[in-house]
Amino acid sequence: MKHNISFTVNGEKVHMEVEPNKTLLRMLREDLNLTGAKEGCGAGECGSCTVIVDGKAVNSCMMLAVEADGKDILTVEGLAKNGILDPLQQSFIDNAALQCGYCTPGMLMSAKALLMRNPNPSEDEIKEAIGGNLCRCTGYKVILDAIKEAAGQIN
Amino acid sequence: MYKYVGENIKRVDGLDKVTGYAKYVDDIKMPGMLYAKIKQSPYAHARIIKVDTSKAEALEGVKAVITGADVPNRVGLYLEDKTFLATDKVRFIGEAVAAVAAVTPEIAEEAVELIEVEYEELPGVFSAMDAIKHDAPLIHEDLGNYKYGPIFFPKPGTNISNHYKIRKGDIEKGFAEADYIMENEFYVPHIQHAPIENHSVIALTEPSGKVTVWSACQSPYAVRKALSVAFNLPLHKVRVISPAVGGGFGGKAGTTLEGITIPLSQKCMGRPVKLTYTREEDMIGSFVRQGCLAKIKTGVKKDGRIVAEENTFYWEGGAYTEYGVNIARAGGYASTGPYDIPNVKADSYCLYTNQPVGGPYRGFGMSEIHFAIEQNLDMVAAQMGIDPVEFRKINAIKEGGHTVTGQQLYNVGITKCIEAVEKDIEWGKEEKPSGPNKVRGKGIACMYKAPSQPNNVASSAVVKINEDGTANLLVTAMDIGQGSNTVLAQIAAEVLTIPVEKISVITGDTDVTPYEWQTVASRITYCAGNAVKKAAEDAKEQMLKLASIGLGLPAEYLELKDEHVVSIVYPDRKISIASLALGLEMPDGSGVHGPIIGRGSFIPPNVRNTDKETGQGEKPVAFWTFGAQAVDIEIDLETGQIEVIKVAAAYDVGKAINPQLCKAQIEGGIVQGIGSALLEQQIMEKGKVLNPNFVDYKIPAVRDVPEMIVRIVEVPEVTGPYGARGVGEPAMVPTAPAIANAIYNALGIRINSLPLTAEKVLYAIKNNKSVSCKLIKNNKGEDGEGQVKCGVD
Repeated sequence: MKHNISFTVNGEKVHMEVEPNKTLLRMLREDLNLTGAKEGCGAGECGSCTVIVDGKAVNSCMMLAVEADGKDILTVEGLAKNGILDPLQQSFIDNAALQCGYCTPGMLMSAKALLMRNPNPSEDEIKEAIGGNLCRCTGYKVILDAIKEAAGQIN
Repeated sequence: MYKYVGENIKRVDGLDKVTGYAKYVDDIKMPGMLYAKIKQSPYAHARIIKVDTSKAEALEGVKAVITGADVPNRVGLYLEDKTFLATDKVRFIGEAVAAVAAVTPEIAEEAVELIEVEYEELPGVFSAMDAIKHDAPLIHEDLGNYKYGPIFFPKPGTNISNHYKIRKGDIEKGFAEADYIMENEFYVPHIQHAPIENHSVIALTEPSGKVTVWSACQSPYAVRKALSVAFNLPLHKVRVISPAVGGGFGGKAGTTLEGITIPLSQKCMGRPVKLTYTREEDMIGSFVRQGCLAKIKTGVKKDGRIVAEENTFYWEGGAYTEYGVNIARAGGYASTGPYDIPNVKADSYCLYTNQPVGGPYRGFGMSEIHFAIEQNLDMVAAQMGIDPVEFRKINAIKEGGHTVTGQQLYNVGITKCIEAVEKDIEWGKEEKPSGPNKVRGKGIACMYKAPSQPNNVASSAVVKINEDGTANLLVTAMDIGQGSNTVLAQIAAEVLTIPVEKISVITGDTDVTPYEWQTVASRITYCAGNAVKKAAEDAKEQMLKLASIGLGLPAEYLELKDEHVVSIVYPDRKISIASLALGLEMPDGSGVHGPIIGRGSFIPPNVRNTDKETGQGEKPVAFWTFGAQAVDIEIDLETGQIEVIKVAAAYDVGKAINPQLCKAQIEGGIVQGIGSALLEQQIMEKGKVLNPNFVDYKIPAVRDVPEMIVRIVEVPEVTGPYGARGVGEPAMVPTAPAIANAIYNALGIRINSLPLTAEKVLYAIKNNKSVSCKLIKNNKGEDGEGQVKCGVD
């Protein structure tokens, strides 16, 4: 039996019929063509599927689509506004804080959720926020640098 | 001197990646697409008696089912020993025996459960030492009938798929001259590449029989060739497209899932078939870094010169060694590390085992052999009372020195690298532990690596000049994260004087982009970089000739400057690149030449085979990259936990085309090296991987990252573009042995196997134990002294 749900994605209202066993990640990728969030493990271990739900970073592979009912969802596709990059996106480019790019959307969303609730985080708070986001390419230091730099630009 | 080369140009793929726009294979959805799933073997070694697919075929929504009978041809990059689905036997747990394509992933999964396979279990082989026994079960009975390249030496009737030998100088004389001889064994276990993107492929068969695959792969052309062999297709009927690749590290070199999706798509004409591995399937069923048992025997004179080294490497190559044979070869021709040693004997054996398939992994054998070489070096230095840094300086290859194969080297930056890390880590300075139950230690390790590739591997590039003065650069070098699109655009920009933002880089489509052997071996900046430079120079030559006509000046007095052809003598006489792009327009309205298209082809110059019996040769590789790392660690005496506090790294890259990206490669390599040093191991029980997920197989997360000081040394490689060498793989090679050496420095404890876990350290502390070092001879000339402990007393 399918469920009727309504929610907001990147500022747009959406009504959907979803199967009860479908994950939020699959709904975003398959039904809404928002493929920025990636599946790296399907078990909440790598963070590459991270999106922001009601202001909190969530592994979208671990949340059912039906739970999105009434929620406000932000994905990487919604970060840039009117063609202007979010300061995090710009600082990731400037600091070479991405390589293959597969973890990047999840990493950005974990960082964004942090800066939304804490615009001036300590290094330890940044590490805590992205502790569940695995990156195999960069060695993380440049990612920390990028988040710190973006934090300086956010009021 | 240069405008674009040597500059920190921002990644050209950055915008697509930070906006989530970059499309990876699993992001691609096509009309009518089917979903595939594989049936995996539960046995490590078994004969297939019968495969019954009738129930799966009857399930509604199933469109095709295939077994090994559908893909019987053997393929392989260096040794054609594998089939895409098991045919006669299964040789590792997780091997694909059948596959299904269905309208949904769920139906495909259900159908796979309905496939019934009858096996006759066979005795398995689960370690190198078991594989090499005379009475070991044979994993490939037909080894003698397999095709292989001329640089490999399989031994039919055994599990040895390659035996590479080095015989340099007089090894007996060398050991007789030595005042100290140290011999030890080391083991490096299997590890996983663990790119965050799992393997994914879509295949489509057209009515003409033409096959297109969209594959997360590092090597579209090498894949195309293997697929043409596997499916008896001419090359123009196979198209390989590689979109964005979510990390490779070697695991996406060669063929992976293409050979399973193609036969499924051939049975579902016109419908694309997608197969994306789960993390568990990826960790078991795709390439792994093979295990390696190393025996190292080093003979040293009193003055610190190494005069003899006898090394044996046993590689646990897994069920198929199509790629592994070349890792064994690389281990052989690099067998002593970056040291000039006159007398060397080395034997490197690639062995079949009933374990996951060993394949290329960042470093291609170098991480494994250097873990052993660099520790044995420290152990003998400790016995002799020589400082480890000093010992390396004495023995490192100098200007005009020789490698293991007798190759004479010039422009060698290893000593500069050692000096840089010595300074950055503050070698000799004692650091204060952070608490009463903690100790600090420092360690150093060096490395060298050459691209392990056939001698005559080819690269090419095409530069098309557009009529507005912009350019399109076509290559099949794949940007798997290392930044090749940016670096290659910088090289083209430097020659053409066209800014990087006016150059589009198009990659990875064998119907469109020109030939590139593979994106592996830290070879792209060097090989593809040379091809791009030549292509840009070809376009430049064409434009200078045209401008010479247009300006009425000799071409040799013209140059490219700021997007114009300019007279060297009269700088105000110039003509823009844009106006030459489609040919020269003459005053009478006629045209000359037509569009400017630059072509560049490259093969590393003068690389030749080594002698089969001695492994000796003047130039067996295109270039060598040297480097060193030093680490500062803290060990908790109550838990055995190691914290890496600081890593200093220095690499001679010849010329950093983009220093920021170069540094990023090295930092990423250090952290991957820390993963292999402290965390990573495929835990196996009779060939069964017990930890195929990120909870049980940990890779470094942000809290595992130390302070990193990266130094770029630039001693130019004369055959490299602008002097550049590769550095992607070298970045992780010395990290693990440097940490192992730091443990000894802190505690006097030697741990001879990876990973260097808290359990091993604590056990050694509590039991006052260490691996026993076999000091065969000391400076008193006492032979056969036997086991001498160099750990805690």
